[in-house]
Amino acid sequence: MKFIQKIGILLFLIGVIAFSVIPFLGTYTLEKEQVFSQTKDIHQEKMVEILEPMYGKEYNSNFSFLSDFNTNFNSYNDALKEQALWDQVIWDDYSFPLAKASLHSPVKDQPLLFLMLSIGLAMIGGLLYNLPKYSGEPAGIKNNGIFHSAMKNRGWMGMITGAYLILFYIILYWFPAYIVNLVAMVDPISILLSGNPASQWFLYGLIYTIAILVMGIRMFRKYRGNKYQQLRTASVMFFQTAFAFLIPEILVLFNQPYFDFKNIWPLDYDFFYAYQIDTFLSGGGVGMFMLIWGILLIIIGVPVFTYFFGKRWYCSWVCGCGGLAETVGDPYRQLSDKSLKAWKYERIIIHSVLVLAVVMTVLTIANYFSGFGLLGNVTNQLHSFYGFAIGSAFAGVVGTGFYPFMGNRVWCRFGCPLAAYLGLVQRFKSRFRITTNGGQCISCGNCSTYCEMGIDVRWYAQRGQNIVRSSCVGCGVCSSVCPRGVLKLENDSEDGRINELPIIIGNDSIKLNA
Amino acid sequence: MKNNRHVVIIGNGISGVTCARQLRKLDSHVKITLISGESKYFFSRTALMYVYMGHMKFEHTQPYEPWFWEKNRIDLVEGWVESVDFTSKTLHFKSGDNLAYDDLVIATGSKPNKFGWPGQDLMGVQGLYSKQDLESMESLTKEGVNRAVIVGGGLIGIEMAEMLAYKKIPVTFLVRESGFWNNILPKEESELVGRHILEHHIDLRLEEELAEIISDQNGRVKAVKTKSGEEILCQFVGLTAGVSPNIDFLKNSVLEVNRGVKVDFHFQTNIPNVYAIGDCAEFHQAPAEDRRPIEQVWYTGRMHGETLAYTLNGQATAYKPGVWFNSAKFLDIEYQTYGTVPPIWSAEEITSFYWEHSSGKVAFRLLMNKSGEIKGVNNFGFRLRHEFFDRAIKEKWKGENVISKLEKANFDPEFFAPYYLEIQKSFNAQFGTSIQTSKKTFIQKLFGASV
Repeated sequence: MKFIQKIGILLFLIGVIAFSVIPFLGTYTLEKEQVFSQTKDIHQEKMVEILEPMYGKEYNSNFSFLSDFNTNFNSYNDALKEQALWDQVIWDDYSFPLAKASLHSPVKDQPLLFLMLSIGLAMIGGLLYNLPKYSGEPAGIKNNGIFHSAMKNRGWMGMITGAYLILFYIILYWFPAYIVNLVAMVDPISILLSGNPASQWFLYGLIYTIAILVMGIRMFRKYRGNKYQQLRTASVMFFQTAFAFLIPEILVLFNQPYFDFKNIWPLDYDFFYAYQIDTFLSGGGVGMFMLIWGILLIIIGVPVFTYFFGKRWYCSWVCGCGGLAETVGDPYRQLSDKSLKAWKYERIIIHSVLVLAVVMTVLTIANYFSGFGLLGNVTNQLHSFYGFAIGSAFAGVVGTGFYPFMGNRVWCRFGCPLAAYLGLVQRFKSRFRITTNGGQCISCGNCSTYCEMGIDVRWYAQRGQNIVRSSCVGCGVCSSVCPRGVLKLENDSEDGRINELPIIIGNDSIKLNA
Repeated sequence: MKNNRHVVIIGNGISGVTCARQLRKLDSHVKITLISGESKYFFSRTALMYVYMGHMKFEHTQPYEPWFWEKNRIDLVEGWVESVDFTSKTLHFKSGDNLAYDDLVIATGSKPNKFGWPGQDLMGVQGLYSKQDLESMESLTKEGVNRAVIVGGGLIGIEMAEMLAYKKIPVTFLVRESGFWNNILPKEESELVGRHILEHHIDLRLEEELAEIISDQNGRVKAVKTKSGEEILCQFVGLTAGVSPNIDFLKNSVLEVNRGVKVDFHFQTNIPNVYAIGDCAEFHQAPAEDRRPIEQVWYTGRMHGETLAYTLNGQATAYKPGVWFNSAKFLDIEYQTYGTVPPIWSAEEITSFYWEHSSGKVAFRLLMNKSGEIKGVNNFGFRLRHEFFDRAIKEKWKGENVISKLEKANFDPEFFAPYYLEIQKSFNAQFGTSIQTSKKTFIQKLFGASV
């Protein structure tokens, strides 16, 4: 390893350690006024009363502060629950805004300094490590040592990375009050973009985007001389930075609804939720445009683009989840399970999620148009179940946290309802396929090994058959790693796309289809 | 044919496995047994290098999951066959076990050539063919190897050089010929690969031969001596001067053998119900003008197996190879060939067109006969479509026609540099033709790589 790369790793580790330590800095002192300003009108009076014992008291850690907060808050709610006074129970979680408001820490005082020390150093370290990679070597596929690596072959480094990611997602989704320091740290950037202080989602979006950019640069190094890989990496970097991160924040700055123009239902599962529809309808011309744009993507964009280009137009060129998988997740792509059994589970699970998302949405819309007379609040419970089980646990914790264990496309392969929808179009009505180059396959297995979706590409290639699979996201890595030039991603006429009984070219002894 | 006929195949390489699979497709009743001492499950021999280099684990080289064999009722027997009793139709294993057969298919592949060099059996000296060779190479090169010497400039030699380079072991590559693989490749192609070998800091020595391998006091190699008298200190020697049929256990039996097991075009040996396919079979005559009596390529092994399965099923089918094709990868440069491209030809019979990119890493050669019909192509550093050339060569297209349609033959990924444009221009310049060069699409112009 080059000296500069070692410096890079060192800086990256310092950044990660700083990021992990920052949540524990500073003290928490809650004031009555803060409770007034951070709670809804209907809860103000009660909350001020509930938290009375905490005012003016200095807590030395987030744990002691939140423990006291929870004791006070829960004792109020529990008493009501015992008496079954459900309508008086406070269901809103105020722990995050109150923790953030009562925080006094050096991070809050000098956010940019700490931002540089943590995320900044990690980013610079990542760049220093990745930029010099493969310099002085001829361009070509470099998968050397992947299965000898403790990081990329479920070794101790992979285990630690996975565990860290899982922990991060659990805190982010369910215990954000513990990381208000980190959120306060990115306040200045959020204010600059949208005019509002940051939420945990802004912090997440920022890290997510930086991760895609830094690891995207790694992709440029790794796939030098491979224009397909370079272009699609540049594309996901662009869509993440512009469409998923910057534009929604800037919309808010101009008092427009927060909206990611490339996110499509049913991946964007709350698109048809009542509060979203209300936001669109009250958003004037822009809001109406967003609603129509979103619907057009679902009913015209997906089928038309998928017909011409396959689902890759979205999954490996545009999508944010795909963007993370293709950049941050690329070092783990070989860990996907290629067995026939895994394929069976995949088909059952992903289509179940699609059905669940569709049923939930249909009920939501019906309920909305019946003025909530049809099902009342039942859809809310359905939403919170879906949000918890699919939106957070599956897509986030498992989807990303499991990169080092099950490969980088666990969510896209087993869970994403939009991938299922795109896949149905790709399988049954599309011009896209991976063409097998006659009889040139030597069954080496590089294609299957590096398929992130767990497709046994070799099974098809060695019998001279085109690969037409609903799950294929068209990343093109099978074609890149093939040592004999056997695989080519193509959009071509539908004739002969699916050849169930292929002939392997080159043997004139046999005239029948094998 | 009797109902519970037992077909036994010795060797589970690509030939034997293809034969077993194809036979099962044709006949769901016949009993099939596949024997291998090397590895219980079929694996891709060509992928061994990737296991060494950490691109894959060994199980990734196995094209079929373990349940596949049971589901298709192909019995797998692990063991080494010591001898065959052709009269009683029985195999004798080294372990002492016996197995009776009705039809026997010999598909035992090759073994690395050793030409009687002094010291060729020392510790630290080996070829690379089998799974055991890979394991031996892994343990021998684990540590303490400051330099390795590879003897013989073929495909396995360059693979071994690449493998050792992964371990950062400096390599001296002794090649007897005046150019790398120039008994197969024309001069320009051979030089192209030679330059690329040097670019990878491999010490390529052309026209240099091994004289002897020198032992240290523990019986391990410590140096080699070349015919020019140089002594090269090394701790590992790779012998990659070709392979020959692996049929020692059949010598001195009633089976007719020469270098390989002698067979006719139905893979029939001199003994009824005994067949040989793949690397270990030797035809009485070459199966086609541009073929040799022993075919030692993955693809031919597969075709032998596929063809014999029909004969074993009672549909006598003669081996009739189609248009030749092959492929390889030399470090980072991919190579494909379709049709007949010999290393040398007579200018009176053959017209050659050769184009090389300014990088010196991308090249294309087209050979035509005197009436301008395509004989074959070589391509380096970019990919061409098998189906296109199989048809063009079979239908004897004119070279000019092939070049004018070259865009359709392109098999490179989208957005890659359209080399066919340069090739078309260069062809026009050399032959005074006026082929309309293909047009770049708008997207290609905007985003695509340029030549």
